[in-house]
Amino acid sequence: MHLKRSLMINPRFKARRVTGSKLLIIVPAYNEQGQVGHVVRDVKRALPSAEVLVVNDASADGTAEEGIEAGAITVTLPVNSGYGAALQTGYKFGVRKGFEIIGQIDADGQHRAEYLLTMLQALEEQDADVIIGSRFLDRDGHYQPSLARAMGIGLFARIASLVTRQHISDPTSGFQLMRSEVARFFCSEVYPTDYPDADILILLHRTGYRVREVPVRMRPSHGQSMHSGHRSAYYVYKMLLSIFVTVLRPRIRTGAS
Amino acid sequence: MITTNLRIVAIVGSVALLLFIIELVRRRRLKEEYSVLWVAIAVVLCLLAVWGGLLSSLTHAIGAVSQGSTLYFFGLIFALLLLLHFSVRVSDLERRVVSMIQEIALQSEDAAKHHTEDESAPQRPRSSV
Repeated sequence: MHLKRSLMINPRFKARRVTGSKLLIIVPAYNEQGQVGHVVRDVKRALPSAEVLVVNDASADGTAEEGIEAGAITVTLPVNSGYGAALQTGYKFGVRKGFEIIGQIDADGQHRAEYLLTMLQALEEQDADVIIGSRFLDRDGHYQPSLARAMGIGLFARIASLVTRQHISDPTSGFQLMRSEVARFFCSEVYPTDYPDADILILLHRTGYRVREVPVRMRPSHGQSMHSGHRSAYYVYKMLLSIFVTVLRPRIRTGAS
Repeated sequence: MITTNLRIVAIVGSVALLLFIIELVRRRRLKEEYSVLWVAIAVVLCLLAVWGGLLSSLTHAIGAVSQGSTLYFFGLIFALLLLLHFSVRVSDLERRVVSMIQEIALQSEDAAKHHTEDESAPQRPRSSV
């Protein structure tokens, strides 16, 4: 294929070094007092060189204080704006401060920070632009979502796999690592500030960025995360529409040009 | 057919609406951008009131039976367009508000950092002495 050949001769796409890069891990948090501090410390333990940014989405509890106490840079949105808006704030911060690798991890403690190392390695070795920590690649049933949720994730995994012609098992994962070009791309209007999901993977694919999945194991989640707080019927509708219009829009080939 | 009384009421009413909209724009209560649909509907109403044959030929053209239903039909279309227009504007406003919220958050983080740097600055020479 034309795209593949251009990737091979383009020197920019030779394996780019990841070690020694300025690294930022974003923790979007809404009312995660009691959890967010552990997450920040976990990330700092796994990646001592990384800077951790807690984006506090106007929490009513001590999320911001706990983030600062744990040693994270903390940014507080003055008005509750949702998961996507909080994440995008992190991307903007990372891009402006010149971070080269930007990651994200949920604030409820369900992701294990030590997998960031595996993901970092995959970013370099597989020469990808985005690495997603997938809860389903490693099929031993350690992660068991509710039936409705599993059906939703399964449906969008199927659609995303079809459109991108590659196997995507967990499009809803909030555990990701990306190069700064991708974060810069996410700083623009293209990014859905309400609830980014499978649509963003399709958008990435159509823009020419390479997305890879890495199996991760989860801890059982404590209560409702910011991530799962959406109404499922609306979520299915929104995601179908969003995927549909993403496919209809003209391709913007910033990733491969 | 429309009676003379009704026609006078219609003409006075539609001209008054047009003048009111122009007055709102003049006093900057209504932005020119939003006035487009309103001015259009006021002009159409004026035309319908003055030119009696227009409504009946329009009714005939769309295959409606009564002139009243023609008016309701176009009135409804206008109201829907206006609502859609507002939804588009609200979406745009929401996008702007979110980006401003993010900007405020990022700026205040920067400001907080400068603030702590300023506080620690005068203490540094003292401790070194």
